[in-house]
Amino acid sequence: MEHIPALELKNITKKFGSIVANNNVSLSAEKGEILAILGENGSGKTTLMNMISGIYFPDSGQIFINGKEVVISSPKDAFDNGVGMIHQHFKLVDVLTAAENIVLGLDGRFNLKSAVKEVASIAGKYGFDIDPLKKIYEMSVSEKQTVEIIKVLYRNADILILDEPTAVLTPQETDKLFDVLRRMKDEGKTIIIITHKLHEVLSLSDRVAVLRKGEYICTIKTSEANESVLTEAMVGKKISLNIERAEPKDPVDRLIVQDLLCLNREGTPVLQDVSFTARSGEILGIAGIAGSGQRELLEAIAGLQHISSGEITYIDPKTDKHENLRDKTPVQIRQLGVRLSFVPEDRLGMGLVGNMDIVDNMMLRSYGKGKSVFLKRKEPRDLANEIISSLEVVTPSASTPVRRLSGGNVQKVLVGREIASTPTVLMAAYPVRGLDINSSYMIYNLLNQQKSNGVAVIFVGEDLDVLVELCDRIMIIGSGRIAGIVDGRTSTKEQIGLLMTKNVKTHTEKGTEDVSQ
Amino acid sequence: MFETILSKFVYVLTSSINNGMPVLFGATGEILTEKSGHLNLGIPGVMAVGGISGVIAAFFYGQVPDMNPVLTILIPMLACLLGSLVMGLIYCFLTVTLRANQNVTGLALTTFGIGIGNFFGASIIKITHVDIPSVRIDATSKLFKATLPFASKLGWFGEIFLSYRFLVYLGLIIAFIASFILFRTRLGLHLRAVGENPATADAAGINVNKYKYFATCIGSMIAGLGGFFYCIDKNGWSNDTIEPLGWIAIALVIFAIWKPHMAVVGAILFGLLLNLYDLIPALGLNIKFPQGYDKLFKMIPYIVTIVVLIITSARKKREYQPPSHLGLSYFREDR
Repeated sequence: MEHIPALELKNITKKFGSIVANNNVSLSAEKGEILAILGENGSGKTTLMNMISGIYFPDSGQIFINGKEVVISSPKDAFDNGVGMIHQHFKLVDVLTAAENIVLGLDGRFNLKSAVKEVASIAGKYGFDIDPLKKIYEMSVSEKQTVEIIKVLYRNADILILDEPTAVLTPQETDKLFDVLRRMKDEGKTIIIITHKLHEVLSLSDRVAVLRKGEYICTIKTSEANESVLTEAMVGKKISLNIERAEPKDPVDRLIVQDLLCLNREGTPVLQDVSFTARSGEILGIAGIAGSGQRELLEAIAGLQHISSGEITYIDPKTDKHENLRDKTPVQIRQLGVRLSFVPEDRLGMGLVGNMDIVDNMMLRSYGKGKSVFLKRKEPRDLANEIISSLEVVTPSASTPVRRLSGGNVQKVLVGREIASTPTVLMAAYPVRGLDINSSYMIYNLLNQQKSNGVAVIFVGEDLDVLVELCDRIMIIGSGRIAGIVDGRTSTKEQIGLLMTKNVKTHTEKGTEDVSQ
Repeated sequence: MFETILSKFVYVLTSSINNGMPVLFGATGEILTEKSGHLNLGIPGVMAVGGISGVIAAFFYGQVPDMNPVLTILIPMLACLLGSLVMGLIYCFLTVTLRANQNVTGLALTTFGIGIGNFFGASIIKITHVDIPSVRIDATSKLFKATLPFASKLGWFGEIFLSYRFLVYLGLIIAFIASFILFRTRLGLHLRAVGENPATADAAGINVNKYKYFATCIGSMIAGLGGFFYCIDKNGWSNDTIEPLGWIAIALVIFAIWKPHMAVVGAILFGLLLNLYDLIPALGLNIKFPQGYDKLFKMIPYIVTIVVLIITSARKKREYQPPSHLGLSYFREDR
């Protein structure tokens, strides 16, 4: 008998305007296997999967499910063909309960009670822990993900697609998820997982399909693969995956935070009892589940967040004078050399103005200079050109609006501007969020360079592997409290992961944590 | 003593229900629209167009020598529904299909609708050769205002529950049905999902644009009936009287925290406030206000609206908040 794969794509092409997201991609996935799709940002992984789940429609090419050609023009078609996708940004309605979200979009008689029962039985079968009547906005990220997975199982999906499912999970939650996925695989389901974390690919998948710049490169059996083989396939050239970590050069205290307390608008603490010291020539990493107070901490130091009580002392490297940043305006703080590079999820939040070009964005820092009423554009233009050439920013010209640049290039412009002013404290929050491997390493190198120049670097990161490799010390923050400060050279990510969840009782994404211990 | 208090209470309640009805229609329609994620600020315009369409139809059918009672009811009603449906379709086409800014479109529609109402109102005024800026459709409105004949015989029970014209019952039934559909049926679940998070609804296989179109158009038609109700109540059209009701209807949506059955309560309250000045002598209260003070009373509904806005904005519960995708357009392949 001829062998029939559960899912087969043939010559799929998709264009967005003039940009080719997928070009002639063909690949297949078997029943009862876990296929990892690996690729850098912008390599078209998500676009490809969105075409199987009916979000996009391919411009050309064929999709076969169990050997039969199918046309998937809407998410409903996908469900009808047994395809379910768990998106990176969860597709859940916050004010509805888990059960309501699960039955959303189905036809037939409306009976929530029987739905609740069935959800509970699915949860029991695969070992999920879920309350079907809980509202989504009261759930933690991993609970939300569980709802998403049950949603596709409820629809009897045989092919499950997961788009970067581990990006938001702690290592422990990731292990739990992988157990569930392996159980599903044993049940004969086909699982496709999109990721760019190599070690997850190696530990979980049976085969790996690699995409690069919208093109299908190859499929490798995981048992025959290793990190360097995969990276080479993904990037197209050999790159070194080691982050250098030099010993700090005579570190001195630069920034001392003591008993910091910050309240949010509702009057509940977002930061509590936060005390730590940042030293020159050292990278201090901050780890924690998203929304645990990292943003507020950096903003408090930069003078953008109201501080209820506590001290932030800055020690001037030239004069050795102790300055209390609490009494200073953001502009004064910046003049002292404290720089904040904050990259929120939408990338262009604080720091850059999307509709302005690179030169104008440089001027956001220098508009106050000079005495004439007219702006001087020469210096910022020189700076812009220097950043473009030294950091290899890919842009048509310095006068291209920043919003048209890709995420990595936006980040290079932002970091480039902040370090051009020779800071003494550099704070970078999620500087590599959404960046591909090449750009990420470039940013790490920039941070290391600043460290060797004697700058106190504070680095808020998501990827624990990177934190452990890059930082000299790692501070773990949970629900606005310091859960621990560990040495980056001796700690493991499991240890950090445990600390991350130490303070958390109920966690919600938007930062309305319950801080009671 | 008890008898007079009871009769005064009955009078205030029934007149409040009658007066609040245009606002209830408007609010129910707007709630359906907003639940689909579309903030239709064109409601005053929609109500004006609904009103004038009905009035024009009633006016011209009123010229026919022997009026058929069924047609006298049906023709203006259908004209009103049609007129407001057209307004709803314009709004939908602009905001759903072309994804135009909802606030701008809505405000434009309000200006447009009120203009249409005043223009055609003025044209009919010219035809009727009267000097006051209003059109009278007494014969038609008399039919619309018919109530159950035996209601008055049943004492206060009949007064409170049975003494209304059929449009009042229609308005209440529509509001309760809308609540039932929104919160008890699959249709409502899908509609709420569309307004909260269209991308999610889309990924769940719900036809987002279809829901948006239907919710907005049906909502417009319901709101249009509110305009027509007001014209019937006043026995005709007069310029610039419907717009304030439209804004109050939009405020009522917030008062009702996006629940049509709550809007019923709010509409009765607003009905009371709208006519507070006229009620004072009717209640036998012998208070004399200097001339012009009636204008002060007319402010009360708006002041209450502002207070309600402050209170509802301060309430933090997620269920009390507007649909989270309200005012934003949705495009599936948006990246």
